[in-house]
Amino acid sequence: MHGRPRKAPKPEDLAAFSAKAEKLRILQSQFLSNHHQKIYTKEAVELSAKLLEINPECYTAWNYRKLAVQHNLFESNLDPDAVNSILNDELRVVENALRQNFKSYGAWYHRKWVLNKGHSSIENELRLLDKLQNVDPRNFHAWNYRRFVAALLNRSDEDELNHTQDLIDKNISNYSAWHNRSVLVSNLMKKKVQAFSQKDEVLIREYELVRDAVFTDEDDQSGWFYHLWLLDQTVKAESPLLTSSWPAHGSDITLSGDRYLDLGSSPFNTYHFDSGSLLLILYFNQAVEGVNVSTVTVSSGFNVNKDVIWKPILSNNSKTAHVWVGQLKFPKVELDSLGAYTLEVTLGHSQGIISSGGFHYSHPSHFSFTVHVQPAKKEPVDGFGSEKISWRDENFHIYEPDSLQSDLVLPLDHLSIKNEHELSDSSWQEKIIDEEISNFRELLDCKIGKLTLARLLTARDALVSSDKSVHSEEVLRLYSELMKLDPPHSQFYKDEHSLILFEKVISGRESLLSYCFRYRNLTSSSSSNPICLRLNGLSLSRLGSFEKLLWVQMLDLSHNELRSIEGLEAMQLLSHLNLSKNKLGSFTSLESLRHLKSLKVLDLSYNEIGAHSVDTTRYLCSSPLCHSIGRSEWDGSEIVTDGVSLVSYWEAFFILKGLKLTQLDITGNAIADEKFTAFLAEVLPALKWLDGVQLN
Amino acid sequence: MGELVVDKHVKYILSVEKRKDSFESVVLEHLRMNGAYWGLTTLDLLGKLDALDSNEVIQWIMKCQHESGLLDLYSIMGGVAFCYAGGFAGNIGHDPHLLYTLSAVQVLALFDKLNVLDADKVANCILICFSSVTFEIVCPLFEILLFGSLKIKISSIPIQLIIGHPFLGLLNFMPDISGLQNEDGSFSGDEWGEVDSRFPYLAICCLSILHRLDKMNVEKAVNYIASCKNVDGGFGCTPGGESHAGQIFCCVGALAITGSLHHVDKDLLGWWLCERQVKSGGLNGRPEKLPDVCYSWWVLSSLIMIDRVHWINKDKLVKFILNCQDTENGGISDRPEDAVDVFHTYFGVAGSLMAFYYLLFHCKHFLKATRATNSTLNS
Ligand SMILES: [Zn+2]
Repeated sequence: MHGRPRKAPKPEDLAAFSAKAEKLRILQSQFLSNHHQKIYTKEAVELSAKLLEINPECYTAWNYRKLAVQHNLFESNLDPDAVNSILNDELRVVENALRQNFKSYGAWYHRKWVLNKGHSSIENELRLLDKLQNVDPRNFHAWNYRRFVAALLNRSDEDELNHTQDLIDKNISNYSAWHNRSVLVSNLMKKKVQAFSQKDEVLIREYELVRDAVFTDEDDQSGWFYHLWLLDQTVKAESPLLTSSWPAHGSDITLSGDRYLDLGSSPFNTYHFDSGSLLLILYFNQAVEGVNVSTVTVSSGFNVNKDVIWKPILSNNSKTAHVWVGQLKFPKVELDSLGAYTLEVTLGHSQGIISSGGFHYSHPSHFSFTVHVQPAKKEPVDGFGSEKISWRDENFHIYEPDSLQSDLVLPLDHLSIKNEHELSDSSWQEKIIDEEISNFRELLDCKIGKLTLARLLTARDALVSSDKSVHSEEVLRLYSELMKLDPPHSQFYKDEHSLILFEKVISGRESLLSYCFRYRNLTSSSSSNPICLRLNGLSLSRLGSFEKLLWVQMLDLSHNELRSIEGLEAMQLLSHLNLSKNKLGSFTSLESLRHLKSLKVLDLSYNEIGAHSVDTTRYLCSSPLCHSIGRSEWDGSEIVTDGVSLVSYWEAFFILKGLKLTQLDITGNAIADEKFTAFLAEVLPALKWLDGVQLN
Repeated sequence: MGELVVDKHVKYILSVEKRKDSFESVVLEHLRMNGAYWGLTTLDLLGKLDALDSNEVIQWIMKCQHESGLLDLYSIMGGVAFCYAGGFAGNIGHDPHLLYTLSAVQVLALFDKLNVLDADKVANCILICFSSVTFEIVCPLFEILLFGSLKIKISSIPIQLIIGHPFLGLLNFMPDISGLQNEDGSFSGDEWGEVDSRFPYLAICCLSILHRLDKMNVEKAVNYIASCKNVDGGFGCTPGGESHAGQIFCCVGALAITGSLHHVDKDLLGWWLCERQVKSGGLNGRPEKLPDVCYSWWVLSSLIMIDRVHWINKDKLVKFILNCQDTENGGISDRPEDAVDVFHTYFGVAGSLMAFYYLLFHCKHFLKATRATNSTLNS
């Protein structure tokens, strides 16, 4: 029931109501009896019409009428006059029902069903719709029905666009009409119909139109989403593109058989190498499939191409992934001698890499890098691998690259991939966005003005030709203002703010270096001093820009406001991760960890795991237990030990079971009681330190 | 801030059952199964499910299941009035429909009595009768049967036999068939072929509670839902249909259960959804519409499923819901000062609990009910 006032009925109305109810009850029982006995006489059919006029939602009565139509059509021997009369009767009943309830699914569907029989004049339907849409221009049943009728009539998208335009002209804040416009304009652009073949011209026209709507009444949401869609259309590249890689283009990598052996090379570029294989990481701007030895060529002094096994970093049941990882095996001979090898990776020269939207990777691109192999010493190196890591401030020392090493740091902000064919001219994009930026600078006293400007500036910075982060200060200021201006949605702006801040912090060599520290535990005997990227205490609520952090092995994100670490799975080299003192609410919010096969040290202490009854990341996590498909993979009744059933801790089990953690901190979470820590010790056999205590 | 007047809501729900002769009850008679789900789930959320005799409820539910399972052949022009074993009607005497089949299964799950069902039979009914291939398969089959004057139990016909029947192509002359032949994975609410993105959700939810999801072509259904996605991130009834909070709940729910939320643009949809919150704290179902307790629920649970619920102000939402309570006689309405009903009482109670208010109270019941509704975790 909607929109009926709450008041006790007057006594005189009460009698009327009960008479009405009695009448309806009798109608319903007579109708059901006709239905069950399959009586389709004129009187019986008329009775169902009476019932539907009072109660259009009685779905069984619509079913009955369909049966009656079929029965009577058959009886009529398909005599055209009789057929027309039968079907016209149905249309009349629907019209009456709609007058009673404009939103009756059953009535609208019945009309479609009758029309599908192909006997009635469809032109009448447009007239009827015009009448109904005049009364309620937002009724989505009527809009759906209009699309159905337009399809039956083979009306062109241009004609429908004109009709939609008329409705927008009549009332610029008709969201339904703007929606229909987005559907029609998308179609016309896809089909490259005359006047819609030049994307930039279409967009300029549409921007102008929707600007009118937004500027007419800035609180009216009708144009908001349309404008955002146009911006997306302006900047979105259709075909997928490689955004970054590890190793980066032009970099020098040292592969050491020892853990973090510092042999004078830059600690940024020294990687552990005991498996005899090198990881290659490809980061695409959209999720893609089809990365394999035939679509990606790896060439070097020795022929290793055939040996690369490419795997997607997948979440959910998706087939496509942003991140692909290749395992490159080095031939045994090369490992025994210290040497340097140049490797070149090329892709896009043949088809096969396809985005989830169905577009092919079509820009041939390549990157190359040099690998120095440093064979392992025979003696095992004592130290870093076996000692407890302490994340205390005094163990981190400002990193000052000496002049020799500074060159080696360069590749970090040198992420661009060489594209053999320059990307298509982006000057029209700049022009359009600059124009919109100057327009929206005049609408800064309201939230949609500020938000749209922030989005436009962000999009401008992201254009291929732009200097990155030019506008980030201004964008951050806009989001801060929005948080104050629109408190109910402050967390939304906070998340956007956090994404921009994160990107600003890690973009640019100077900024990034100021967050890089050397880890040196003064009480330790270890001589290895890895680089740690410390992004702690920045009040980050959300992370992004992972494509710039593929090189990181040690990361401190503690003392932030993170609720999720979605996207962190791209950082495939990560071995040490500090997430302490955040707002992580469940193990399902940590799904990314499952993909970090190098992870050894993890600090989850002082979060909110186990404190919330509503798990908001449950369905985003691709556990077989979250969804009932594939549940056979896992037997939930499994018992670990001492009566601790996996069922109670299945999330933790699912996230952690594949990791070879040596150190874990979980204290300060609601879930972390004695039983749980016993469970952890059981499922993580490699664990040496749990909550700072050494395990046997 | 007010309180959730628990006892009054319980009293209200129990009283609705007794007012069978009011005009509203008669008008809503055909969807009593939905009403049962809303009312009983509310009682369960409030920890008062034992106020009703579960056997009585279950007996009534089973009377709404269509059991005859006979193909009923009486009209050469269509003869689509076959009965299908397994589906549930909205009330005794009415036709079966997916909407009520889900409610029936949910109520049985609530009482932990799914064992009274033949799950395979219900699943087959959903997959055969309620999928829009029905018209392609069953209608020509009718003609074959007509010519042969046979009566066959539909559940006894293996589906492969029906699909592989050599006459199917030849006898395909029925007028109804042409417009409804869709291989697109869509679902219909009943045998009459209405297609809508609510139906894949109902089917997926129902089959997952019955642990029969493996019987359906999930990928096709998911692709159909993805085709209903709009440029504002939301979902409509059919491809091209306007985004609408109720449809979004169904589509996001179906994608969530099948592990396919990568089809959702979470930030875009999240912004659209969080902008449903209006000044009063309530949420509307579409831009520029009035707030409503039921839409508050659809939006809230969609935001939870895509992990963006922190983008709205939950305290203000709870305040709006509590303002819609009839604090005298119990029950919750769509908006403050409107007439209450069971539907909005359920969404109001569930919504305020979901928004973390009152959660410590009867948290156990709450979790049990969400499990019956949405999830598929071992029950
Ligand atoms: Zn409502």
